[in-house]
Amino acid sequence: MQVDWQTFWPRIVEATGETIFMVIATLILGSILGISIGLLLFVTRKGNILENKLVSMLLNLLINFIRPIPFIIFLVAISPLTRTLIGTTIGTWAAVFPMTIAASFGIARVVENNLISIDPGVIEAAKAMGASPFQIIFTVLIPEALGPLILGLTFVTVGLIDFSAMAGTVGGGGLGHVAMTYGYQRFDGSVMIVTVVLLILLVQLAQWLGNTLSRKFLRR
Amino acid sequence: MIEFLKATKSFRTAKREVHAVQDVSLTIEQGDIYGIIGFSGAGKSTLLRLVNLLEKPTAGSVKVQGTDITTLSPKELRKLRRRIGMIFQNFNLFTSRTVAGNVGYPLKLAGTSRQEVQRRVAELLQFVGLSDKANDYPEQLSGGQKQRVGIARALATSPDILICDEATSALDPETTSDILRLLKKVNAEFGITILLITHEMHVIQTICNKVAIMENGKVLENGSVFDTFTNPQHETTQNFIQSVQQDRPSSTLLEKWRSNGGTKLYRIVFKGEIAGAPLLSRITRKHGTDFNIVYGTVRELQEQLYGNLLVSFDGPELAIQQVISELSELTEIKEVQTDAS
Ligand SMILES: Nc1ncnc2c1ncn2[C@@H]1O[C@H](COP(=O)(O)OP(=O)(O)OP(=O)(O)O)[C@@H](O)[C@H]1O
Ligand SMILES: [Mg+2]
Repeated sequence: MQVDWQTFWPRIVEATGETIFMVIATLILGSILGISIGLLLFVTRKGNILENKLVSMLLNLLINFIRPIPFIIFLVAISPLTRTLIGTTIGTWAAVFPMTIAASFGIARVVENNLISIDPGVIEAAKAMGASPFQIIFTVLIPEALGPLILGLTFVTVGLIDFSAMAGTVGGGGLGHVAMTYGYQRFDGSVMIVTVVLLILLVQLAQWLGNTLSRKFLRR
Repeated sequence: MIEFLKATKSFRTAKREVHAVQDVSLTIEQGDIYGIIGFSGAGKSTLLRLVNLLEKPTAGSVKVQGTDITTLSPKELRKLRRRIGMIFQNFNLFTSRTVAGNVGYPLKLAGTSRQEVQRRVAELLQFVGLSDKANDYPEQLSGGQKQRVGIARALATSPDILICDEATSALDPETTSDILRLLKKVNAEFGITILLITHEMHVIQTICNKVAIMENGKVLENGSVFDTFTNPQHETTQNFIQSVQQDRPSSTLLEKWRSNGGTKLYRIVFKGEIAGAPLLSRITRKHGTDFNIVYGTVRELQEQLYGNLLVSFDGPELAIQQVISELSELTEIKEVQTDAS
């Protein structure tokens, strides 16, 4: 069967918009959650400013439990919860929810790793100047880790484009959905090529933005 | 100003207990530049960090301006820390902030108004001679410049005390001298009490008025730099002093002196006023003997003269004995074993 390009192009534009929306919405929500969890992971580590064995252990357990689950399985496994919270398992918001959860834990680890690489001497210097733990988090940890953090988030974003395509195949909309319905179910190679090219372009764009931004903040 | 009262700090590690600081009692007075010297692992950093409670003593107490700091609430402690500036061997500057941002940071923590921060930062950068670097980032600076930023930042909240953890150990000799001069200026101009730790006797000799020698977590001896240098009690102290002032010729030279039929050698130590008087020539002439300075130095220490000479005498044995006994009343004089190290 031949594709009707007349109706196909508007559909592609719409789908690209949906993909971008899913990725950005997930990135924003996932960053808020992930950065919070990452900071908590870091400050509760042994010897750190808010050392707390219990919190640290529980968070690590949770992350190590969720992270190894392949996203496509996680997506399905969490769908009852998605239906309860979002009201449906179809559409972009229904994709954003599981993506956000999965992304948060990934981002949390990225944040933790970037914070660990901050010179502890700098944190100590702030402490010696009379900074409170709260002040240390917002005036030392975040600004000092920002450059590498943006690179880490860029890495996550590229992963999210991948996630969104997966979510698309199970009813999440976006380019993944288009590729699935036109390319896979109707065996149309040209649609496949268009969506793949678009996905590659999106990844390139995200990487370029991330590199540019991080360069602004990297001082080492 | 700062009082350590039997201060002790032990770390419990998985394997064993490390007694980093043991039973240290020291008093640092207002206006002092107090140096603590010791080899690596002696416990100097730990002792210093007790002053602003970056480490909490496991026994004993630390008083700052009369207050036992271990009793302070977290909020009071943060307030106290603003009265104690700290500088570090590795500078510990914020890489994400400019020079001005680094220097202004403690003021922002203290809630100072933006205008006041600006004014004070300009003043501090002027003081450390980095006005033209205000908008540079630390990575663009040399080690010496970084330490100047560290000093400016430590002075931002106009502290009463400055504590320095090996502030010059990462710097070359010339830059070290610059930074030491700057620290002296901080002490002289603002009357800030300085407590510094180092493993270089040169640092102590250059700027400190008091010194404590640490080994294995304990203070071996302490006192004025002049007394300690001229009359060291412990071998460790003597070794440190020899690192900056070689007070004896090499053993090969001594050996040569002896095998060439050299007579007995005496070490004479002059201190203070006496170093300025023509003692040696007067006394030897009186007893009809000659003297020969084999080796020696006369140096200035804490604005006093301090001479350390190796001398041999030539003349009748009895007369030499008289010379020695007369000299021993005014100076320190001791026979030197030429075959010993
Ligand atoms: N947080 C810690 N946990 C366990 N042991 C520690 C800790 N900090 C210091 N120590 C130990 O305490 C001892 C004294 O260390 P400290 O850093 O005070 O020595 P130092 O005189 O400053 O040495 P250096 O000249 O190398 O800086 C060392 O044996 C060190 O291993
Ligand atoms: Mg040290």
